[in-house]
Amino acid sequence: MRYAMAIDTRKCVGCSDCVVACQTENNVPVGFCRDWVVEVVDGTYPNVSIELRTERCNHCDNSPCVRCCPTGASHFEDGGIVLVDHDKCIGCGACIQACPYDARYSHPDGYVDKCTFCIHRVREGKNPACVSVCPTSCMNFGDLDDPNSKIVNVLKNRKFKSLAPEAGTKPQIFYLV
Amino acid sequence: KKLSGGLKSAPILKKVSTYCEVCFWKCAGWAHVTTEGQIQKITGNADDPQCNGRLCPRGTGGVGMFSDPDRLKTPLIRITKNGEQTYREASWEEAFDFIAKKMKEIAEKDGPESMALFNHGSSGKYFTQLLNAYGSNNVTAPSFAQCRGPRDTGFELTFGESVSSPEVTDIRDTRCLVLIGSHIGENMHNGQVQEMSEAIDKGATIITVDPRLSTAASKSKYWLPIKPSTDLALLLSWIHVLIYNDLYNKEYVAKYAEGFNELKEHVRSFTPEWAYGITTIKPEVIRNTAREMANAAPATIIHPGRHTSWYGDDVQRSRAIAILNALLGSWGNRGGIFFKEGIKVPDFPHPAYPKPSWSWQDTLNGRYPLAKESITNTIIEASIPAEGNTHPIKGWIVSGTNLIVSIPLKEQLMKAMQSLELLVVVDTMPMEITGYADVVLPECTYLERYDDLRATPHREPTLVLRMPAVEPMYESKPAWWIAKQIGERLGLGAYFNFTDFKEVIDWQLKQLGLSLEEMERIGVKKYARKTPAYILPDSDHKFKTASGKIQLFSKELEEAGFDSMPKFTAHAQPEEGFYRLIYGRAPMHTFSRTANNRNLVALMPENAVWVNPQVAELWGLKKDQYVWLKNQDGVVSNFSVKVRVTERIRWDSVYIVHGFGHHHKPLTYAFGRGVNDTELITDVAIDPIMGGTGMRGNFVTFLKDEPKKEAKL
Repeated sequence: MRYAMAIDTRKCVGCSDCVVACQTENNVPVGFCRDWVVEVVDGTYPNVSIELRTERCNHCDNSPCVRCCPTGASHFEDGGIVLVDHDKCIGCGACIQACPYDARYSHPDGYVDKCTFCIHRVREGKNPACVSVCPTSCMNFGDLDDPNSKIVNVLKNRKFKSLAPEAGTKPQIFYLV
Repeated sequence: KKLSGGLKSAPILKKVSTYCEVCFWKCAGWAHVTTEGQIQKITGNADDPQCNGRLCPRGTGGVGMFSDPDRLKTPLIRITKNGEQTYREASWEEAFDFIAKKMKEIAEKDGPESMALFNHGSSGKYFTQLLNAYGSNNVTAPSFAQCRGPRDTGFELTFGESVSSPEVTDIRDTRCLVLIGSHIGENMHNGQVQEMSEAIDKGATIITVDPRLSTAASKSKYWLPIKPSTDLALLLSWIHVLIYNDLYNKEYVAKYAEGFNELKEHVRSFTPEWAYGITTIKPEVIRNTAREMANAAPATIIHPGRHTSWYGDDVQRSRAIAILNALLGSWGNRGGIFFKEGIKVPDFPHPAYPKPSWSWQDTLNGRYPLAKESITNTIIEASIPAEGNTHPIKGWIVSGTNLIVSIPLKEQLMKAMQSLELLVVVDTMPMEITGYADVVLPECTYLERYDDLRATPHREPTLVLRMPAVEPMYESKPAWWIAKQIGERLGLGAYFNFTDFKEVIDWQLKQLGLSLEEMERIGVKKYARKTPAYILPDSDHKFKTASGKIQLFSKELEEAGFDSMPKFTAHAQPEEGFYRLIYGRAPMHTFSRTANNRNLVALMPENAVWVNPQVAELWGLKKDQYVWLKNQDGVVSNFSVKVRVTERIRWDSVYIVHGFGHHHKPLTYAFGRGVNDTELITDVAIDPIMGGTGMRGNFVTFLKDEPKKEAKL
């Protein structure tokens, strides 16, 4: 089992609903976020294009955050989901420095927090909150090891990229372009 | 093992049915209430065709309306203290007695017709009932003259009916979507955004006409960065190409439309070359896009837009859009415009309303002959005592609309408000308008009340229940209760013959063969259609015009003394150093009502002024620098605004998102963030056909240093 996301940048309108849904689902304090939207503008008027994409923890296979965590708070769960055990986290911030995606933040309660792929929902067979709310349905979540899953299907049929491939982290968020 | 995922709040106790009130789309959803009685989150109802279980960011963040610490908490009555106007907290009894006394005085002295209602949203209905029972039908809303009125009038004149709200555009199945002045995806009209995404998946062609590379434009095969104010020239030229290149739907036009020959003659000279000189859109692009529309027809939509009051000739522009749809055979065909169907909810019994001796039509004095809905501005005008004002308005109830930031022509508005004998404002938040009220009444949010069943006709007939997820916070109360209480004090209790609005819904549901218990469980009741959504082949379809045919040539306009077919009129252009002020929406905000919502402001705490890099260089403007905007009449924005240097906009225009620049201090978060476009809109071109207030004819320049003006805030 290998959980991953494939996000269709052709459909994303950058509305940030994923961000609000994550906040209300996971009690993310106001002013912080576990996911966010990026707009990249390319070209000069009138030959301009933009890419909108929602970003979060990439739940990397080769995770610098898990490797550098001195207490073992950052760890892998089933399906390769990277989690932080808040009780073990001492808030040292090494993982924040190590993450090439800037996906982690210091929670005001003293630990490091980030996207969990909504593991509590996934274990109930539901999609992460961000995926389930997206008005454009641009986000596909699923198991890369399941050949019948939609995510495997879209990754087979569409061009895609991942972010910061040069970091060698083997990220599990893919962007359909 | 303790995991970092999952909820840290109390467990969810129940899911309560609601429909969203952040915007007018009214998506059905569930409020998830914890065992501690807190609303943890709001999610969409999967059975609702308007949202398919997916709310937009504002709907998801709707809980921020409920939890806003700045909410109105008690009734307030205006007092003068040490020579200054201020407010004191009052009991509901006091507030109602004050209002009833004034309303009785107005009725006796000037007649009940002298009370007017400005409203927006679900609560308007109860105050409409109150005014109707009292003896006035001077009920108005900015959604007509300031927004969709020109479009609705243009489509009614052409097809005999409007495109409704939510619009009956069949985007899901369209093969070609043309957006001209509509930025779906930034306007987060949920069902449309979802359907546009579906259309992208299915490979539909999108053509976007916008001086700015909107989100939708960035997803389009064609972006036509038109010179603002010239849309009518492009539309006429498209009509020309469809007709003279033989691309229109001949069978459809012959069968369903009249006035084709007059139209053909009318557009003879409106060639793409003619339009190029006006719009800056190249002739081959005009031809290619017209061909794309024709190739996909009738599964083509020239989207009617929504906020259509731009230049004062907006009914005619909307007519041109309607005519294009007619030539392509869109209306009544799959992938074009479908026929709506809804469930008729019976009226709760009440005595007949008295007949007012005059109404808003009498304030027009012969102007705006084709206005089918009341015009805010003429009601405002009628509220200013003046010679010849034969139908004076003396009191207002304002429900759910912040007139200060939604109505242009501020001076007129201020003068009117100062002349009133009674101004009652009902809102959940201390919006700017509450600062002008004699009495402020705190309404509870949509999450704390019953409201009318949602039964808006659309593709599938549906009923949706809104019920309270939690008890109203503070002293706030539902609008139905407020209207009923005022009614009772005016001796109009018979019109509100229920103790709790729940009884009304229960009665209505029983008439429809349903029960409240069932609706509480399902939230949304879907019905199968009884009528076809599209014109059946070989049917003798009649349009809702007088003749039953689509009016390419409008006799109605001609008889009223207007152009029977749309003409292009050149509008004023910015002088050197000035840029056209265009404004629009961001997906995480609605009107001016979400700028204080803590769940949404983190996503966009303020607006920024979009400036083309060449313009920025000319002015030496840097990214994120703050500037003030000054318009052509010398009006300077209350606050400064951040500069966003972007290639996404033409160099003759600047763009800001509407709804920021709040100047009312009780909005503790929103106060002073960004600029408000309406304060810079002082040149308003009024549509002579229906009174729409054209607001796109204003130009601004940049003030880089703090303007030395008196701070009145």
